Amino acid sequence: MSKVIEGLLYAESHEWVKIEGDIATIGISDYAQHALGNIVYVDMPEVGDEVTAGEDFGAVESVKAASDLISPVSGEVVEINEELEDAPEAINADAFANWIIKVKISDPSEAENLLDAAAYAKLCENE
Amino acid sequence: MSNRFIPHTEEDIRVMLDRIGVQSVDDLYNDIPAEVIFKEDYDIPSAMSEMELRRHFSELGAKNRTLKVFAGGGVYDHYSPSVISHLLSRSEFYTAYTPYQPEISQGTLQYIFEYQSMISELTGMESTNASMYDGATAAAEVMFMMVASVRKKNRVLLSATLPENVLEVVRTYAGFHGVDLTLVPEKEGVTDLEAMKVELRAGDVAGVLLPCPNRYGIVEDFTGFADAVHEVKGMMAVYADPSALAVLRTPAEWGADVACGDGQTLGMPMQFGGPYLGFISCKSHMLRKMPGRVVGATTDASGKRCYVLTLQAREQHIRREKATSNICSNQSLMALYATIYLSLMGRKGLVEVNRLSADGAHYLHDKLVASGKFTPAFDKPFLKEFTLKTGLDVKAMNARLLEKGFMGPLDLGNGMVEFAVTENRTREEIDEFVNIILEA
Amino acid sequence: MKYYDKLIFELSRPGRRGYELPAGNYGTDALASLPGNLLREEAPELPEVSELDVVRHYTNLSNKNFGVDTGFYPLGSCTMKYNPKINEEVAAMPEFSALHPLQGEDTAQGALELYYNLQRALSNIAGLAEFTLNPYAGAHGELTGLMVMRQYHILRGDTKRTKVIVPDSAHGTNPASAMVAGLEVVEVKSKPNGSIDVEDLKPLLDDTVAGIMMTNPNTLGMFETEIVEIAKLVHDAGGLLYYDGANLNPMLGKVRPGDMGFDIMHINLHKTFSTPHGGGGPGSGPVGVAAHLVELLPAPRVVKDAEGRFHIEGKNDKSLGSVSSFLGNFGVMMKAYAYILSLGKENLKNVGPMATLNANYIKESLKDDYLLPIEGACKHEFVFDGLRDKSTGVTTLNVAKRLLDYGFHAPTIYFPLLFHESMMIEPTETESLETLDEFIEVMHKVAKEARENPDMVKNAPLTTPISHPDETTAAKKPILSYRQLKAEQ
Repeated sequence: MSKVIEGLLYAESHEWVKIEGDIATIGISDYAQHALGNIVYVDMPEVGDEVTAGEDFGAVESVKAASDLISPVSGEVVEINEELEDAPEAINADAFANWIIKVKISDPSEAENLLDAAAYAKLCENE
Repeated sequence: MSNRFIPHTEEDIRVMLDRIGVQSVDDLYNDIPAEVIFKEDYDIPSAMSEMELRRHFSELGAKNRTLKVFAGGGVYDHYSPSVISHLLSRSEFYTAYTPYQPEISQGTLQYIFEYQSMISELTGMESTNASMYDGATAAAEVMFMMVASVRKKNRVLLSATLPENVLEVVRTYAGFHGVDLTLVPEKEGVTDLEAMKVELRAGDVAGVLLPCPNRYGIVEDFTGFADAVHEVKGMMAVYADPSALAVLRTPAEWGADVACGDGQTLGMPMQFGGPYLGFISCKSHMLRKMPGRVVGATTDASGKRCYVLTLQAREQHIRREKATSNICSNQSLMALYATIYLSLMGRKGLVEVNRLSADGAHYLHDKLVASGKFTPAFDKPFLKEFTLKTGLDVKAMNARLLEKGFMGPLDLGNGMVEFAVTENRTREEIDEFVNIILEA
Repeated sequence: MKYYDKLIFELSRPGRRGYELPAGNYGTDALASLPGNLLREEAPELPEVSELDVVRHYTNLSNKNFGVDTGFYPLGSCTMKYNPKINEEVAAMPEFSALHPLQGEDTAQGALELYYNLQRALSNIAGLAEFTLNPYAGAHGELTGLMVMRQYHILRGDTKRTKVIVPDSAHGTNPASAMVAGLEVVEVKSKPNGSIDVEDLKPLLDDTVAGIMMTNPNTLGMFETEIVEIAKLVHDAGGLLYYDGANLNPMLGKVRPGDMGFDIMHINLHKTFSTPHGGGGPGSGPVGVAAHLVELLPAPRVVKDAEGRFHIEGKNDKSLGSVSSFLGNFGVMMKAYAYILSLGKENLKNVGPMATLNANYIKESLKDDYLLPIEGACKHEFVFDGLRDKSTGVTTLNVAKRLLDYGFHAPTIYFPLLFHESMMIEPTETESLETLDEFIEVMHKVAKEARENPDMVKNAPLTTPISHPDETTAAKKPILSYRQLKAEQ
């Protein structure tokens, strides 16, 4: 059983989002890290890049799988988690503590399309 | 029914049909609509014994002529040491498939690791893949690689002095995939730096592809190129002759981010166009965008050093339409060819091959110019290949050469002809070659 | 045999050499005449070794490899048939190997005749009008074939056709090739037996569809029985049918792709026509087309005139362009041509039936121990969904690795993705009943071991030169050259 944290929002493509003011912190869920297995590389955008809700902003790779990172919100990348460049396996250790990017949100209404913890837990159960 | 490659006796077939529980082999095809079943005989010759086959190939071979080659155009008559064909004919190498089971494929995996190491030494780059089909397709993949590495830019500049076959293949790939190409014009036989800067300033440039040596055999001076390209955050790639990189300034030393080219010059038989190999080398920051197989060193459960296919998450069998390329093989056996060649020649031998080829080429160049019938097309440095201008009838000259068993220069049109000399030519052959040319 | 793990670089001693070159006596020093800034600053670190060092080193490496000549290689979808030795010999004949690709058609009539005859033989075997032999491999053939498909629509001014339909069970190369060719991939669902769901296909066939890519038999080794209807549906919708020739072997002597309605196809000469896989290449991926697409094929092409002379034709104004430097992997084509002549019209037609017989024999002999998800006659290959007894925890990967201990190559595993424990077995027609029986016996033995001693099977392989390699570290911190390896130590 994978972990789901209350208070975060979730995308159907298994990213989590934590919204504080106009900044969204984005990572992948425990379910996603478990499905991928040992993560060996995280392909991240650069600070200043624009991301669009529903479009990919990077990818997470394990030895024999790869998964696109789909942005749950639109906006400008203000920070990336540089620690993942040398230690991508941190996501396997704790997917919620190890965020991937922070985005300055351009359209707050997009968050309404995301799932809450209960709905996301149900989605994972059915997959 | 049995044949030397199909072992089934009538008795075997009966035993097998009984196990399966059908009456005839045709029953195994019962699910196929009758209208598409092929009921005729193939329109091909009757089976040949090995003796007949050998005779047939000898007859075909007799219709070819083996020439003393004085031309290049991307394929050069370098010498292939005897050792290579002996080692390549070990069937543990050539009857294996892709090394998907590393425990029983360490032979293949290790030679690819050695191959990658050697090509990286030649290009000066950090990483090399397990090889591509040929130089031209490698160049096309490098074009995609540059576009993928630079966000939101879709234009690639090609030097007009790249070999024609490279330009043709890159254009085909770009046209279908949807990459904008711009040709940077040549000036006095080399890439025009000022014209390139104009294109860079016009914007949208993901990368630039430059030749070393170029289509005329000229070794171009790329001073200032990398700075200009990097200033607009573009990538610089060099299409290089890997043999010549034993002596020439490397793509890495010129400041390039990627190198590619054709491995034929590493002693491979000309074989009427293939198989050869294409190579791609890159700096570390491009590694995850590099297409194709890659072999990495690691350890097994007991700590022994070993090798595996790695970075597979970039590849088509995992990423499908999001892969960096559709390539799912490499020219593995030709990579072994290059590896054994480079092991034999070593750091000194490859320099000697270049020296001997270039000395012969310069000797021929000087003799032809001294005759007064030829002038240099460009006053630029060259190694084994060079372009001259002549007022002679080129067709007639090449016909005369052919009669005596020589492949004459490539006819570039407008009285321009391109010669190549390798270590496989001798001074006596060159003297005879020049005499035939000057007979007119 | 003692364990050997040195790299060629580690044998290097300054001053040792593996070559001799003649003296040039040209009296020139060309390298010295080059401007200094055009020369490399630091010499490449290539090994310095003797000829015997090289011979022994690569012979030792070859001993760590497994090939078709070593033992049975039931790798599904790869058609690991025997590679006839005479093919290697004729391909190395200097009358062919010393030909420069630009030396002119008059001096290469024998090579061009061979090339032309192979084009004709493949056209006849495929039931298509013409072939180009330029593509270098299967994936390269796919790309070339899809370029033909797009060029067809572009020349008709039908530029909105940018989608290609690909079954969800297809090999990853299909969608990747479509992407490179600038086409958008639309997936069509497979039915539980792996066949295309015609009802799912129908609504996809609108006027943006360029065509469909299929293999037949499909990835599960089952024939697509609705092919005639599918061909009609796609053609009526204005699309073309592409045949991925990866699974052509069982069709030899039985069905021609052109007769099924396919317009474009590629053939893997290294599968169906016995050319060696070479540890991953070089291959050759000729592309055949129906009559209305011949002018679209890539340049150069080899043609024959009325006098029986052979010519190399350049680009016409409808051709899609060039996908290769010259005429393709000629050396590989020579081997395929030798194979076709060796079998001849009498035996080539037995290739498909005997390959199919071998596959069905293994399938029926093992389905008591291994889970067969799809009943019925397969063609050249079939898929098990792992062991029947799932209680032992022994996976397909464990079985595959245990087979290595018994001197067999593993089947293709975890493909296709339709099942969790896929194990794809393709014996080819060149294997004898005795070899198949040995394999069957060992597969039964492994199933028994899985029941009685599952931990041992999970730790396999136990007898190979190395045990399981650490692939995670290899991908996380890539070491791709000797220079990087030294820096790590």
